[in-house]
Parts: sequence; C-alpha cells; structure tokens
Amino acid sequence: MKLAQYVVQRFIGYLLVLFIGITITFFLPRLMPGDPINNYISQVQARAGQSLSAEATQQLRDSLAELYGLQGDIFTQYRNYLARVVRLDFGPSFTYYPEPVSNILLDAMPWTAGLLITTTLLSWLIGNSIGLIAGYFNKRRWATVLEVVGIILYPIPYYILALVVILLFAYWIALFPLSPTFLPGPMTWNKAVSIIYNSFLPALTLILAGFGWNVLAMKALAVATKEDAYVQFARLKGTTDRTRMTNYVFRNAMLPQITALVLSLGFIFNGAIQTEVIFSYPGIGMTMRAAAGAGDYNLLYGAIILTIFSVATAALILDLIYPLFDPRIRLGG
Amino acid sequence: MSQPTKPRKLRKFNLRLAIGLTIVTILAAGSLILPFFTSVDPAAQGTYLKNLPPSAKHLLGTNALGQDIFWYLVFAVRNSLLLGVTVSIGITAISTFLGLSAGFIGGWYERVVVVFMDTFITIPVLPILIVLGAIVRGNTSFFVVAAILIVFGWAWNARTIRSMALTLREREFINMARFSGAGVMPIIGREIFPYVYAFMVVGFINTILFAINTEAALAVIGLSNVVIPTLGSIIFWALNYNAIMIGQPLWIIAPIVTTVALFLGLFLTSTGYNELFAERRGVA
Repeated sequence: MKLAQYVVQRFIGYLLVLFIGITITFFLPRLMPGDPINNYISQVQARAGQSLSAEATQQLRDSLAELYGLQGDIFTQYRNYLARVVRLDFGPSFTYYPEPVSNILLDAMPWTAGLLITTTLLSWLIGNSIGLIAGYFNKRRWATVLEVVGIILYPIPYYILALVVILLFAYWIALFPLSPTFLPGPMTWNKAVSIIYNSFLPALTLILAGFGWNVLAMKALAVATKEDAYVQFARLKGTTDRTRMTNYVFRNAMLPQITALVLSLGFIFNGAIQTEVIFSYPGIGMTMRAAAGAGDYNLLYGAIILTIFSVATAALILDLIYPLFDPRIRLGG
Repeated sequence: MSQPTKPRKLRKFNLRLAIGLTIVTILAAGSLILPFFTSVDPAAQGTYLKNLPPSAKHLLGTNALGQDIFWYLVFAVRNSLLLGVTVSIGITAISTFLGLSAGFIGGWYERVVVVFMDTFITIPVLPILIVLGAIVRGNTSFFVVAAILIVFGWAWNARTIRSMALTLREREFINMARFSGAGVMPIIGREIFPYVYAFMVVGFINTILFAINTEAALAVIGLSNVVIPTLGSIIFWALNYNAIMIGQPLWIIAPIVTTVALFLGLFLTSTGYNELFAERRGVA
C-alpha cells in the first residue's frame, strides 16, 4: 500500500518536472533581449551585403517565423509547441536540411547514453567502495590519503579534468588520440574495440569527476554508521570485518548515496556536455554545441527537450528501484 | 539575548579552513588589488609581441593574440570571482527566503515550492545556457549569465534550508517562542536564522563555486561572452590557438593551475568552516 503510494507520488512528480521544464524552455528565450529571427537575418544581411531587398527580407522573416512556430499570439505558439513536443516532432534541422531533428538526435543519443551510464555506474561503484573501505578503517593512514585524493578531485570542474587528462595522456604520453575517430559501417569486433579505445579518455574524465564526491560522502557515512548499535551487535556476534562492512554498514550507508546520485544527475549531464565538446565526442553535447554555433534552433530545441526528458527519466528510474534497497518503503515500516 | 548561538572563541585550529582561507585570500586580494597597478587593457589584442617566453616583464609570457598571459589571468580571476559572489548573493537570499518560508508555512505553498525545487534540481542548467547563448549570439552580457545562474541555481540551497526548517519547526524553543506570542517573522529572524546562518555561509561558498564553474564551462565551449577575461574565456582562447602545439603551454597550464587552486581553496574553506561549526554546535 505504502509502496503504491510512493510509486504514484514519484510518477506525478516526474510528469510535473517534465511539464515545468518544457514550459520554461519555451518561455525563457522569449524573455531574453534580442530575437533569434532578427539575429539570423542580420547575419544573412551581413553576408549578402546590400543585395537583399526589403521584400526578400520580409519573406525570409515570415518563413523563419513559420519554421520556428513563432506565428500567432504566445498562447497559440505555446499550444503548438507542446503538441510538437508530445509528437516528438521538432521539424527539420537547419544545418542538415531536410533531415528531421529527431533522426539526428537518435544518432547522437547512444553515444551520450553509453558514455554516461557506464561512467556514472563505474564512478558510483568504485568511489563508494573506496569510500566504504576508507571509512570503515578510518584510523589507518592510507584512509587519510584516500580522503585527501577525494578532497582534491571533488571541486575540480569537468572541463579542467578533461584538459588535464588530454594533456597527460594525449600530449605528454601519447597513449590515446586527441579527438576520437570512429570506423564507419556496421558493428564489428574491430569497431567495438575502437569505440572503447576512443571513448577511454572521456570516460576517464567523467569517472574521475564523480569519484571524489562518492569517496568523501561514503567515507563520512561509513564512519558514522560503523558506530551504530546494530553494527556493534554484529561485531559481538562474531561476524567478520568484511561481512559487517558490506552487509551492515554499506547496506544502510548506500541509501543516501543513491539519493545523492538522483539529485546530481543534472550536474553530471552538464559535465558530459563539457567533456563531449572538449573531446569532440559525437553525442548530444557535441550536437548542441554545433547547433548553437550554426543557429540551428530546431536541433537545439530538440536536444534540450531530450536532455530534460533523459535526466528526469533517469531520476525516475532510480527513484523506482530505490524501494528494492530500502525495505522501509517496500514493506511500509 | 539577540544571538543565542553567538560563536565562542576559536577552540580548535582547523587545518582545512586555514589552508582554504589562505588560498582564497591570496587569489582574491591579488586579483582585486593588482589591476590598479596597470593601465593596459589585458583583453586588448596586439599590445605586445606575440608568443614571448616568460621574462621579468611578462611573468608568464605573451600569447598568440599579443596579450600578457599573467595580466589576463589576474583580470580573469577577478571577473570570475565577482560573478561568483554576485550570483551567490542572489541565490543565498532567494534560497534562504524560499527554504525557510516553505518549511514554516507548509501547506499548498510548500508543495508548490517543493515541486519547483525538484524541477530546478533536475533540469541541467548548461543546456539552457547554451540555448540562450545561441539566441543572443555571443553577446551574452555578464549580467544575463548571472541572472540565469540565479534562476537555475537556487534550488539546491533552498532544499537544504527547507529540511533544516522542518526539523527546527518541531524543536522546543520554537514552540516556546510561539506560545509566548511571537509572530512568524520574528521567530524566523531571531530563533531560526542563527541556526541556518552556518549553512548559509557554507552554501554561499559552494554557490560561488557553482557560478564560476558554470560560466567558465560555458566560456570554454565558446558560448559565454569570451571577450571578457574569465577563467573560462582564457582557456577558450588557448584551445582555439592550440597553445600547446605553438609552444606556449603556460597559456593553458596557468589557468588550469589557478582554477584548481581557487576551487580547492573555496572547497576547503566551506568544508573547514562546516567542521568548525559542527564542533562548536557540539559544545553550545
């Protein structure tokens, strides 16, 4: 009963996040100074010089307004916009006209999803394992060393980590390529290997970036949890250090860490965008950067809606599997 | 007694806080004072010969645009810090107000605030800034970037402050004040604020980190106003002109080292302060 209530609550929250997020992305640009159509036209005029007549400019203005869905009053525009989002129809891309935006995004999505899911899981698992050991044996010297590593890594921004990783492993010791090149054609063994090889540095960046926080937070949680009465009881019962650490301390200390992961998903996505752009990795972040540079607003809008949708959905999935780890919600305690 | 938790004298030396404050003070004081000793606009191109090696005259050499790397960096730290502090003042004010009022007023008001909080925590801010950057086409004024960061950055702090307010609401001394006839505002101001104050300091510093980080990330990928020197724009230009390949590695290494030092300093200051306050709270 309590579980059903929890699931329904989360789902309503999810829909609200999507709705508000999509609404904000509609209204915010309209509050900004400047108007994309005027910007675009002045660009075209700058390129075409005086050869553009007033009539041609007006025509261009009208067709752009139609393309961007800027016709009618703001509520009509908003209704049309919502309808298009629901149909996942973002129109054609400007740069790759007449390729639909959804196709371009479908091509880019697996790269970002693959990179992010792998690195977030790895970073969470490795960081929390190290934090757990460091917290459980917090009196040892190496535990302090690990904590210092965490403290130094945690505040460093993604783009700095990406640059340091490039400087170290692509310039100084040229182990990896500066920017990835992928074999075209169908998936073969060689292609899979080249994808892993070329994705190594971006993945390393993302893992390092998430690592610091997980170590620090888990260490603090483990130090606090291992003093709890039920852990002391288990020790007196004669359980091994290993059992207490994994089955007693970790099982409780991981709960806030799952919550922290849900809350930081947006932040992790920001990091993925920076990393992709710096490594020229062909995912959503790179697509957004290219679209922003080319003034391809349809593509940009598609990408941002996809971003909000992905992050919100990932948070929902984590929220929904949370009861598996927390019997208090599952059994209604 | 207007301030029941007025800090007692420093009981214990906190290493983190000491290191953090030292780094931050050096960087902040240096970047705020040094600009008075130069009349050259560090962002002006072709002021000096290009790609000079480090010397007494140009401590870090000059770059491919004929700018002095050291002076550009000084102005970059200053501008980034000013942006960070401005955004942080805005966010701290908004998040404290919303967090406390949601926690204490409750009801529908709280539910609405919480829904917006969850939304703004979930939505990644960088894509939104990229869209806005594309619309204003690189003419993003610093003011607009700051405003957007405030709009999208308040939720984290507000969430923490609201949960503090929720636990404080049930404490005895709050009930005492309420039964004594104090209104909501005086209770928040006199009884709650001293408790929330310590987190506000920590949140304030963390928000500076968030703001500098996000603007710099936007600048590094070329979508902030890269004409203004910031910790991001300096890296943007260094990457654009392939600083390493043209034999000017300091152009990119200097801002990396500075950024790491600044961020580490701010982070140590905030965690150190938090530790120190936790110790004090223990004896209060």
